[in-house]
Amino acid sequence: MRIAIVIAILLAFGAARVPLEQHIDAVHREAGFRTARIDLDLRSKISQMGFVAAFSGFRSFVAAVLWIEAHVAWERTEWGRMAGLFDTVTTLQPKSALYWDMASWHMAWNASNAALEDKSEPNEFLRRRAQRQYFELGKKFLEDGLKNDPVNPLLWERYAVLLRDKFEDYCAAADAFLKASELPNARSYLPRMAGYEMAQCAGREREAYDLLKKLYDDAPANHVPGLITRLKEMEDKLGIPVSDRIPSPP
Amino acid sequence: MEKHAETMSSKSALPPAFSIQRILVLAVNTLTELARLKIFYFLLIFALLVIGNSLFMASLSFEEEFQMLKDVSLGAMSIFTSLLAILATAMMLPKDIEDRTIYTILAKPVPRFEYLAGKLLGILLLLGISTIVMAAMFFTVLWFRVNTVIADAQRQMVGADGAVTEELTAYIAKVQASAFNANLIPGVVVVFLKAALLAALTLFVSTFATSAIFAMIISIAIYFIGHLQATAREYWLQGVDIAWWTRGLVAIVALVFPDLQAFSLADDIVAGNAVPMGLFLQTAGLGALYVGVYYLLACVLFSGREL
Repeated sequence: MRIAIVIAILLAFGAARVPLEQHIDAVHREAGFRTARIDLDLRSKISQMGFVAAFSGFRSFVAAVLWIEAHVAWERTEWGRMAGLFDTVTTLQPKSALYWDMASWHMAWNASNAALEDKSEPNEFLRRRAQRQYFELGKKFLEDGLKNDPVNPLLWERYAVLLRDKFEDYCAAADAFLKASELPNARSYLPRMAGYEMAQCAGREREAYDLLKKLYDDAPANHVPGLITRLKEMEDKLGIPVSDRIPSPP
Repeated sequence: MEKHAETMSSKSALPPAFSIQRILVLAVNTLTELARLKIFYFLLIFALLVIGNSLFMASLSFEEEFQMLKDVSLGAMSIFTSLLAILATAMMLPKDIEDRTIYTILAKPVPRFEYLAGKLLGILLLLGISTIVMAAMFFTVLWFRVNTVIADAQRQMVGADGAVTEELTAYIAKVQASAFNANLIPGVVVVFLKAALLAALTLFVSTFATSAIFAMIISIAIYFIGHLQATAREYWLQGVDIAWWTRGLVAIVALVFPDLQAFSLADDIVAGNAVPMGLFLQTAGLGALYVGVYYLLACVLFSGREL
């Protein structure tokens, strides 16, 4: 009899709490919790124990352990293994901007350089192709990171720097810097950086001039040598009337 | 004669049906018993893990180091408190029965629900103390590492005239921002809530379990299933085209098992997610509801158990 009562209470409690749990689940997801994708794809990347641990509420713990493994792989310059580990870590902890940022940096800067300098590969074309693949990998980490955290100014800034330094895509870099500068907690130099890249983007010189001039007029703190030099260049390039030009530095 | 009658009447007076004091005595006694079992030694392992981890991480950038420290510490806190909740609770009732302590207690005017409440409160005290000590160790190591990083930076960046540069001030602010985060505190509280839920659940299991091992195995199995409950619930409610028996199975999982993923917020908190007060209170409320219901179920079963 008691067992029947217990089962009845358990089921009644279950039925009553399901809507509550659904509501709390929705609240959690809205606040950015419980968004990690733990599926068969992840299972193929990590050991069975790691997968069980990730499923049991120790995602961050497993991610930290794998990050340490990736660090060891870095010390041994095992770039391919690092890329795989970074992929798993970012799957486990998609909300951590640090993991996306570092994974991208290791791939686009360190691994790509190592590929270009790889003495075991005599063919320069293949070395350059490998370098390009690591650039792409670094870019993909940042793009995936931005899908998970689209309002992170740091990730947008890193994305802009990558586009500028590794892809020489100044127009896209300018847009990324602009996007970063519009987000909360963005660094104060980002609008300037957007202007610098825009100045190198064919067809957007006037837009770049207006942006840089506005920054110059808005605050004396922006009167840095880089901005003044760019403005002077733009004034000459766009044929700005002398009366509208900024004073030359002493 | 009058005095004698008064004494007789006070002797025959019934003890109160419910007494907080009795529960507190039982709780303190349970905590003392567990402390005598040297259960707190696991805190040394936690300390070694956190300190060892922080020493190894010193070779990483400070952002990586702090992230690792938070990941490992909160993860270890969650593992230790969950294990402690299950293992310590599972052995309580069988141990009292084996030692025959339970007969001495229940022979006195102590209702069974008070006995269980005392036991549960004792375990919760143990979990609370453990969580506080682990959190204190974690924050101390974090604070120590932050100060080491800042001291190193000051040595390298302070100007020849001893002036603190603007860059150094900005760097210090960055170091502090990447280490300390007010959301870590609700993260620690949620770790405790999950452990409290597991303790209440294990208490319920141990009221019908035949041995401590049985209670442990069942509770650990529920722990794993509980982390999949949300997936089962979604599968059940989303109306996916599945066989009736599969739907029935996932419905049972959703209805019977607790949603333990709701208490795995620490994973996202260490990644920098903020915890709004409303979200925290709702999660805490759900945890308290689970503890209350599992305690109630334990009382129903235990009240009819033959000892």
